[in-house]
Amino acid sequence: MSESVRPGPQEPSDTAGDGAVERKIERMFYLYGKCLDDDRLEDWPSFFIESGRYVIHPRDNLEAGLEGYWIYCDHRRMIRDRVLSLREANIYNIHYARHLISNVLVIGRDGDVHDVRANYVVLQTDNEGVTHNFSAGEYRAKVVFEDGEPKFAENIVVPDTYLVKALIAIPL
Amino acid sequence: MSRSNLPAHGEPWPKNDLTRVPYSVYLDEEIFAAENDLIFRGPTWNYLGLECEVRDPGDFVTTFVGTIPVVLNRASDGSLHAFVNRCAHRGAMVVRESRGHCDSHTCIYHQWTYDHEGRLIGAPYRKGIKGNGGFPGDFRLADHALEKLRVESYAGVVFGTFHEEMEPLVDYMEKPVRDRFDALCGRPYRVTGYQRQIVEGNWKLYFENVKDCYHGSLLHMFNSNFGFFRSTQRGTSAMTKGGLHSILTTYGKTDEELGDTFKDIATHKPKFTLEETGVIDVVREHSDGMVTTILTLFPTFVLAQIGNHLGFRHVRPKGRDRFELVWINFEYEDDDEFHREVRRKQGNLLGPSGYLSMEDAEALEIANKAVTGDFGNGYAFIEMGGRGSDDQDHLVTEAPIRGFWRGYCDMMGIPFDD
Ligand SMILES: [Fe+2]
Repeated sequence: MSESVRPGPQEPSDTAGDGAVERKIERMFYLYGKCLDDDRLEDWPSFFIESGRYVIHPRDNLEAGLEGYWIYCDHRRMIRDRVLSLREANIYNIHYARHLISNVLVIGRDGDVHDVRANYVVLQTDNEGVTHNFSAGEYRAKVVFEDGEPKFAENIVVPDTYLVKALIAIPL
Repeated sequence: MSRSNLPAHGEPWPKNDLTRVPYSVYLDEEIFAAENDLIFRGPTWNYLGLECEVRDPGDFVTTFVGTIPVVLNRASDGSLHAFVNRCAHRGAMVVRESRGHCDSHTCIYHQWTYDHEGRLIGAPYRKGIKGNGGFPGDFRLADHALEKLRVESYAGVVFGTFHEEMEPLVDYMEKPVRDRFDALCGRPYRVTGYQRQIVEGNWKLYFENVKDCYHGSLLHMFNSNFGFFRSTQRGTSAMTKGGLHSILTTYGKTDEELGDTFKDIATHKPKFTLEETGVIDVVREHSDGMVTTILTLFPTFVLAQIGNHLGFRHVRPKGRDRFELVWINFEYEDDDEFHREVRRKQGNLLGPSGYLSMEDAEALEIANKAVTGDFGNGYAFIEMGGRGSDDQDHLVTEAPIRGFWRGYCDMMGIPFDD
């Protein structure tokens, strides 16, 4: 998380990657969102490498230089634990989730690691059929290729929406 | 409005005791307005912030007492002050940022300017411009200060009161509460982050929830399914100030001494295990084996230690049917990286996505939904652990909730029998 605090005007660098790589990474984000929207939580950890990190770091804390993580998974084992708990223990609002992911940009590359940004909006539709804006924010990701497939070495979710509507169960 | 008729539109408190809670007490607009005068402006100490959030002269944070916007500010001489965040001129919010540092506060509307204590130190054009305008000759800056609260702090936690004859904070807490503050906040600490959630429901539903020992292992199945807490573990519930404040404590997992009293709760062996057990493996920090403490200080403050996770919680009503819950997590300044990582991992247990806490928002929202539909008809039944509100050496009880209603009724002028 040694990231400049404000998401300034970062242009994709020329060396960020070729078009084919960028398209693969963009497609991974779409599959990631679809996996969550389809409630295939068991597949969600497979978007990460074994040492992959998943952290929700709300923007108010990030900009104040504070951790204040909503979710902190230091490696894929903790990501699998989150799924197990959601399935076997936690009770949450009955709803559909809908991830809208856009502005997927590879903004840099360090060796095999691609530095990627993407915007997201997550809508929730409750059990009376009403759709709510649940969360808007940015993915700040490090993506590597494993067996030719892009995977998260790190996915830091930075919600602008730092006031949670009730609770967060399905990951962003 | 007759104070003794507050609940249920003129009906007396059901059964005239504390084992029934009329749903109208969560819904009625008049009750909500009366709470502002009798509780939040009444004889209570209200959480304002932490000394470590306003470490230097000029540092401020904004908060709410009930629904009243308030600023906590450290002045040049190091003293702490709190005042209502509402310009004495036209009522605009003077301080818009949630926290920061400044020499003085200027309302953007007409640039009325206040010092760190809320005193008016400037108002443009008050003598007019070239003989035109200006305030009448009897205008005095000193007559237009922001409304002040009295401020006191304990163990670095700052509270304020509007009530002129309010007893000192230490007496309001009483010793058992002070002891918990000493144990958890007696070392220098700093905020690691804030988590905020908005819940559809009356603020009192949350305050009851954090006093509700009964639901812990039932609603929050993570406790039993992953072996973090079982109802057969030793626990105690204690109250101070006649039930206004409560302290729920659980101790280490060693004893089954309670025998088969609770054998109907099938929680012996965890069904599942985490791959990363650091989330639930508690590193012993307290010699008395205390694993969790949830302390509530009436009306809206919580201090909680859950395993090695440390945090304050502040309940902010946003109308009769919504409240914001702010989690203020902390660590000790002298924590080493090992302890910081333990607290970071156990942070997964609490907050709006916490393994042990996410269910509460859902439970309170469905309660709010169901009672709203019938305009407050009916009442809740709270007789687990008996009918009184005495301290108990177990957690299979709703006594702290009954204690809460006793203190609440006292303050609101609602008659009841114990
Ligand atoms: Fe709870």
